[in-house]
Amino acid sequence: MLVQVLRRLAVFVLSLVAASVLVFAFMAVLPGDPAQIALGVSATPESVAATRAAFGTDRPLVVQYAGWVSGLPVGDFGSSYVSRTAIGPQILDRVQVTLWLVLCATALALVLALPLGVLAAARHRSASGAVVSGVSQLGIAVPSFLAGILLVTVFAVRLGVLPSGGWVPPAQNPGEFVRHLVLPVVALGVVQAAVLTRYVRSAVLDVLREDYVRTARAKGLGPLRALARHGFRNAAIPVVTVLALQVATLLIGAVVVERVFVIPGLGSLLLDGTANRDLLLVQGVVMVLVVAVLLVNLLVDLLYTVIDPRLRAG
Amino acid sequence: MTVQQHLRKADPRDHRGANRDVVLTVDGLDVATRRLPLLTDVSFRLTRGERVGLIGESGSGKSLTALALMGLLPEGVHAEGSVRLAGADHDLVGASEKQMSWVRGRRMSMVFQEPMTALNPVMRVGKQVEEGMLLHRTQDSRPAARAAALDLLARVRLPDPASAARAYPHQLSGGQRQRVMLAMALANDPEVLVCDEPTTALDVTVQAQMLELILEASVERDAAMLFITHDLPVVATVCQRLLVMYGGRIVESGTVEQVLTRPRHPYTRGLLAASDLELVDEAGRLRTIPGTVPAAGQFPDGCVFRNRCDHEVDRCTTFPPWAGQQEHGFACWNPTGEDVRA
Repeated sequence: MLVQVLRRLAVFVLSLVAASVLVFAFMAVLPGDPAQIALGVSATPESVAATRAAFGTDRPLVVQYAGWVSGLPVGDFGSSYVSRTAIGPQILDRVQVTLWLVLCATALALVLALPLGVLAAARHRSASGAVVSGVSQLGIAVPSFLAGILLVTVFAVRLGVLPSGGWVPPAQNPGEFVRHLVLPVVALGVVQAAVLTRYVRSAVLDVLREDYVRTARAKGLGPLRALARHGFRNAAIPVVTVLALQVATLLIGAVVVERVFVIPGLGSLLLDGTANRDLLLVQGVVMVLVVAVLLVNLLVDLLYTVIDPRLRAG
Repeated sequence: MTVQQHLRKADPRDHRGANRDVVLTVDGLDVATRRLPLLTDVSFRLTRGERVGLIGESGSGKSLTALALMGLLPEGVHAEGSVRLAGADHDLVGASEKQMSWVRGRRMSMVFQEPMTALNPVMRVGKQVEEGMLLHRTQDSRPAARAAALDLLARVRLPDPASAARAYPHQLSGGQRQRVMLAMALANDPEVLVCDEPTTALDVTVQAQMLELILEASVERDAAMLFITHDLPVVATVCQRLLVMYGGRIVESGTVEQVLTRPRHPYTRGLLAASDLELVDEAGRLRTIPGTVPAAGQFPDGCVFRNRCDHEVDRCTTFPPWAGQQEHGFACWNPTGEDVRA
């Protein structure tokens, strides 16, 4: 068991290294010299060379990579080519915002999808089950940004009950924080919930057909109790897999939704960095997103062994 | 005690089920989907301590009969007719979930065919055994149930009950898992034990031990047992009476001796010939019943066996009435052997 965990951790560290190489290499092959861009077209070759030296982009790529990657573990992402300020604190600021969005959206998706999926499975032959399946199908077809725009139109513009965008940190004003959080979280979470509902439904349906659920019924457990005691834990395995994949989708969705709702999260930082050709900033944000996805996968793999004893060695 | 000793001990008081307490009465049981009939007019009785074999090829409706008794038919499959359990004030056919929950696992329990899939893979074995006792309150506390579970696991002769209780199903062998299944089924001392091919999935060497355990368990508890199998030697070891099933109907019944030595229905005779490895045809091949079991709904009108039968006569286009008594009889217009119809 311990060996298994250690092995998985080693894979995680290796993936991190591989990811950092890829992210760095991808940025390095992009055309355009950051120093040239920072100074504009009229800059003299001498000033460009001086700026390059200041940025450190005149050094060999390997040295640049080593410098960049060695700062990462302590949160040093280098300094922005555009604003010349440290990138680390900016990212830390924005990560908190995006984390709120993604965690709340995931929570909302779970709260909606688990009961609805179970209902759709348990009633799959009756009207209520069909309605849940149909609505979730519809939900999958609506992208988050469209859901966001629709929500803004109805709740912010027409009804005027919620703000159309912006962000208030929780420490500053908890009430306003929640009011600003509602629409973006709904836009992100409901679409995820629709996808998740379908997976929960099919996982529960599969489990309901298993022999061991019938064995539980033969012991005298009612259908719901048999499902709850013997089905849920088995059904959790495929659901957790999908949930992990969804976190990646959610991060991408957050980039878009942050733009729609003017939220200062990682997504807006990424888009701003791209627009300003602030390559080092983009590199840092992408790296953080990659780490988040790898971390979720690590957690899920460890969770599997908690859920399913068959995956524990020895 | 060996199987033979058990049989000798049980022998003097069996064979004439009629005088003993009837535990389970199945009367005119029909099972069908919306479009297809699956079981037709299945009727039999089990008396206390009696071991009845239900035999027939795969697809003849044996397992479905077991599931119908337990009220565990798959979705979209419905039962009609009557299944009465002594001591229950309601018919099991059409009983509510709540009424059936009281019967299942307490009065009537079942050992399934597939030990590899019938246990929950993510729950410790001990907990799965305890569960039924706590549910039906035959043990009033968790520690008591745990002790009882260990005792049950020891009684089905698992070598190390304590470690088996802590194990997950995948850590046990097929034979060990089937022992666990049996322990679960016996936990509340049911009056009726339904065994659906409990040894089919096991190695031959383990089969005999398992049969002995099942036999011992039913004799000890004086439980009635319905033993489903397609294995005739097994049935001859375990059972006292036999029901032969084909095409969702019972086509012959009698004591093991009556059915196995003087079969009247051509289907029973075919089954016996097919399981006799010394009987060969002119070409030196083993005997078989010609053709295969049709899919549900594809059986011929009239006698369900007539398209595979070498005894077919004109009257076979209508289903033959039952000849003889419920305990010993058959459904055939042109039976083999002496004719009791005359």
